[in-house]
Amino acid sequence: LPGNRSAVPGAMVMDKPTAYADASTYNNFYEFGTDKADPARNAGKLQTRPWTVAIEGEVKKPGVLDLEALLKLAPMEERIYRLRCVEGWSMVIPWVGFSLAELVRKVEPTGNAKYVEFVTLADPKQMPMVGSRVLDWPYVEGLRMDEAMHPLAMLAFGMYGEVLPNQNGAPVRLVVPWKYGFKSAKSIVKIRFTDRQPGTAWNKAAQQEYGFFSNVNPEVDHPRWSQATERRIGEDGLFAKKRPTLMFNGYGPQVASLYAGMDLRKFF
Amino acid sequence: MNLAAVNRVLLHPAAKPLLWLLCLVPLAGWIWGGFHGSLGANPAETILRGTGSWTLRFLCIVLVVTPLRQWTGLNALARWRRLLGLYVFFYSVLHFLAYAWLDMGFDPAAVVKDLARRPFALVGFLAFVLLVPLAATSFNRAIKAMGAARWQRLHRLVYAIALLGLLHFFWMRASKHRYDEVLVYAVVIGGLLGVRLWRRLQAAPSPRAAPVARNAQPSRVTGS
Repeated sequence: LPGNRSAVPGAMVMDKPTAYADASTYNNFYEFGTDKADPARNAGKLQTRPWTVAIEGEVKKPGVLDLEALLKLAPMEERIYRLRCVEGWSMVIPWVGFSLAELVRKVEPTGNAKYVEFVTLADPKQMPMVGSRVLDWPYVEGLRMDEAMHPLAMLAFGMYGEVLPNQNGAPVRLVVPWKYGFKSAKSIVKIRFTDRQPGTAWNKAAQQEYGFFSNVNPEVDHPRWSQATERRIGEDGLFAKKRPTLMFNGYGPQVASLYAGMDLRKFF
Repeated sequence: MNLAAVNRVLLHPAAKPLLWLLCLVPLAGWIWGGFHGSLGANPAETILRGTGSWTLRFLCIVLVVTPLRQWTGLNALARWRRLLGLYVFFYSVLHFLAYAWLDMGFDPAAVVKDLARRPFALVGFLAFVLLVPLAATSFNRAIKAMGAARWQRLHRLVYAIALLGLLHFFWMRASKHRYDEVLVYAVVIGGLLGVRLWRRLQAAPSPRAAPVARNAQPSRVTGS
């Protein structure tokens, strides 16, 4: 899946990309198992064609978009983003896709649309863990409207110049590089525009631990993991000191203005 | 094989060195994996979790020894308890080292700050600290110097350590709602502590039937 170099400011970080083998075998995709190696083992059965994405809620043009139509919605761009997991590790991944804003503009949200909700596939026939009580399925994520419209928030269809491997969220996923990885919902089947903040999967599971915003923030710790530092997968040696985590994962110059005046300790 | 034969095998001079080597297999696995690059995408995490899991496993194993000995009459098992207990300590040292070195960059200030901020880590650290006096009094002279009764009372700390270790593990898994493995350890540890409590309650009402007399053992192995 080819893409042109993105011209969006901040979209091409200079960090060395993570090895494809690591990025495609060390995954959190709980529908396929809770171990990091499970998704690569179990996601092979996922049927990614035919695939549709329903557009619902506060929009002038609701409907069902076929994946083929979605792929043609805007020119494909390659973007090299840092990915910071809430567990304290990070990767650098060259994604292929386009700004989520392209889709949002096409479906014309009404004045009532304040948030965007992303609903992902929850099919027990294809996903062994759906039905377990690990999370309240389907996995739901959400963004505030201005976050969704930010050019760095992207819909990705590929990585490393290829179509997304199933375990990485095929056929279409969200990538929001300044937030912890779990905000970037995988295998999306529905995008809903709402006037109310969506109940997101991890927020519902543990409110004190996972906030709605979940911006990468070295100042606000998770009870289990210090967020001050991170280990870059495949690059930082076993005995290397962990590298400091950057506010907004280093995307502060582009996104900090979205949160001007907000207490980010409260709205974590 | 009858009981005496099994006891004889357990008492074979080679049995203890063999067990000693067997207990080093997990460590050998990480070293081998480190050199062959087979510890996965995040080797530090593999080692940190592995050392933690093996500490908990050795805790379960060492807690099995006394009930198993009492239940089967395989008294030779008592000879293995100290070795297994020291391996609990050994793997907990590796676990703490993995945390302090791989995660905290061997920076004492960072460790202190981190422990203060994360109760989950603090609970694990507390369990580790409580293991130190047990390891330090594991040789015969310490037992003699302390007296069997006092030594035994001190070593009952292992029950608290097991519960703290379990809480530490539960707390880690709670963040991702993965309780299946925690439940297995909880059942095992709960069962092993429950057996002891039950025996104690059974023994308590009648002072005449003191269990100590019936299971008379050299002083250093009577603690259960």
